[in-house]
Amino acid sequence: MSLLTDIARGMLARRKRQTLVSVAGVALGVGFFIGTAAVMRGFQTYFISQIIDVQPHITIKDELRRPLPQAAELANPGAAVALAGLRPQDRIRGIRAPGDRMAILEAIPGAAAAPLLTGQALMRYGARDVSATVTGIDPLRYPRVSNIAKDITQGSLDDLRTTANGIIIGVGLAERLGISLGDSMNAVSPRGVTLLMKVVGIFRTGIVSLDQTQAYTLLKVNQILQDRPSVVNQIVLRLEDVRQAEPLARMIEARFGERTESWEEQNANILTVFTIQNSITFSITGAILLVATFGIFNVISTVVFEKTRDIAILKSLGFTERDIQVLFLIQGLAAGAIGAAMGCALGALIIEGMAQIRFGSGATSGNDRFILAREWQIYAIASGVAIVSAAVAAIIPARRAARLDPVQTIRGAA
Amino acid sequence: MSLLEADSISRRLPEGPVLLSEASLAVAGGEFVAITGPSGSGKSSLLYLLGLLDRPSSGRVLLQGQDTTGLTGDALAALRLARFGFVFQFHFLLPEFSALDNVAIPIRRTGLARAEARDKAQTILAGLGLGSDSAKMPDQLSGGMRQRVAIARALANDPAVLLADEPTGNLDTKNAAAVFDIFAELARDAGRAVVIVTHDAELAKRATRRVHLVDGRIVSDAAQG
Ligand SMILES: Nc1ncnc2c1ncn2[C@@H]1O[C@H](COP(=O)(O)OP(=O)(O)OP(=O)(O)O)[C@@H](O)[C@H]1O
Ligand SMILES: [Mg+2]
Repeated sequence: MSLLTDIARGMLARRKRQTLVSVAGVALGVGFFIGTAAVMRGFQTYFISQIIDVQPHITIKDELRRPLPQAAELANPGAAVALAGLRPQDRIRGIRAPGDRMAILEAIPGAAAAPLLTGQALMRYGARDVSATVTGIDPLRYPRVSNIAKDITQGSLDDLRTTANGIIIGVGLAERLGISLGDSMNAVSPRGVTLLMKVVGIFRTGIVSLDQTQAYTLLKVNQILQDRPSVVNQIVLRLEDVRQAEPLARMIEARFGERTESWEEQNANILTVFTIQNSITFSITGAILLVATFGIFNVISTVVFEKTRDIAILKSLGFTERDIQVLFLIQGLAAGAIGAAMGCALGALIIEGMAQIRFGSGATSGNDRFILAREWQIYAIASGVAIVSAAVAAIIPARRAARLDPVQTIRGAA
Repeated sequence: MSLLEADSISRRLPEGPVLLSEASLAVAGGEFVAITGPSGSGKSSLLYLLGLLDRPSSGRVLLQGQDTTGLTGDALAALRLARFGFVFQFHFLLPEFSALDNVAIPIRRTGLARAEARDKAQTILAGLGLGSDSAKMPDQLSGGMRQRVAIARALANDPAVLLADEPTGNLDTKNAAAVFDIFAELARDAGRAVVIVTHDAELAKRATRRVHLVDGRIVSDAAQG
């Protein structure tokens, strides 16, 4: 084996420049793959971790995936029923028997659940009216499924319980109303209920749309405000293992009937964009590698052509067809491996180069640079693909070399 | 029992031409056989068949009484490695390797480690008067030296049969005589047969046996001198 490696090295050394060009091709393919994959994966992983961090992992809604069948459809099963001008017979909105469901959900290991009632309300302070989304929460359970405790910058969550009609509002909402901690304002719901509410806390999530529109009260207070006594219209869950979200969501939906969405389903559009991004990266890199592979095919073919005499003499000396085939496969593998090693170095350089880039000052909360994934798996995949394709490229010329008839060559040379 | 025997071998090309017809030849250890004949008479074809580098269209080649007809390509390669040595008109040295490494390559192929193989190769080269030139690359050697390195390579695994196809064809008279002497010397070993194709009638006279080919047929086969 080391003998064949020695002979292979000697043969490749003879074609230094051509070998170098094809090796450089492989290196470019591998390097760019590592660079782009680091940016893509870095961004995607960051984005997903943000989603997982901020959003509930599972949301149970007070609706069904399919509307309930109408009376006419039930009466004529299987028939084509056309209904016009009928008001759909809907049940009272809200999750049925939330207490029982909470008990079941809280028994799931590795999961925390919290019931919510969300609704709209108009916040009225002085001459200003700002519309807001009011979420009624259970202050003991909700912190287990959200970052609310961490996001509160003034006041505290506990004050919701100790203060009558306390409300916690986003920092943007407070600014738009011109209200501060400890002030009271009127909240008016679409059902016409008006409550005088006292600001007991202000939070900042960093997500502007939330900070400008979101408000939290006790579940009971919001049930009064929305005039929906005892109703819960969402149950949100947070899991220790986010990968369980989708299967668990399907189980819950099958059991309860209510539409249940995992974070993956809620963000399906952005996850699809990631898939498209990844396929573009893979196809571009694949194209580069294909060209590089063709380069390797070219070098090995040339070497085989030029080394016809040496192949003949090796065979006359007692080398087998398999020896000859391995001899040229080694050359392809070597070109691929050297290219992959150089590509890894290039990729690391590209990554460190991108790490130096700053996008100016406008960005919020430290997002002024590339988020880069420095994962060894990216290097391993790129190198593996490069080496395997180099070996594949060498197979055809190697087989041709193995089949050469030494007698023809020796005769021709004499 | 003869060392190497051709039993009525013929070689036809698929396209039609007949390179060799029904040649029979038995060579014993210690024999020094010269094959002569006009150009195109089938001397090289016979040599390739005797050396298991080519397969006959009909007939059998026997090595120490063992028929080689049904053997696989790998088995024939193994026999070439262990039992045969070839020298051609052109030296066919690998240009990327020194004289020493060229000789060491077939030794290493038998499984010997690099250092041991090189020691052995050095001894063989020294025996042919090339002890101080072994580190040189082929293109740094003269024509006669290259051919002697090629002979050393053929001798690398101490073959039972040494086959040479016009090994002196590219050499001047002085070098040709020297190389021929080497073969004559090698044939003195009772365990080894030397078969050499040559155009040179003077040299052919010095062999112990002479086989003459015309149009792919053996027309005479006689011991001499
Ligand atoms: N591949 C081939 N196609 C056609 N004819 C061939 C082929 N190989 C050999 N021949 C012919 O077969 C005949 C025998 O060839 P061979 O090389 O054995 O002769 P030779 O005696 O060694 O000749 P020389 O003295 O010129 O080396 C020659 O006429 C040659 O032209
Ligand atoms: Mg010939």
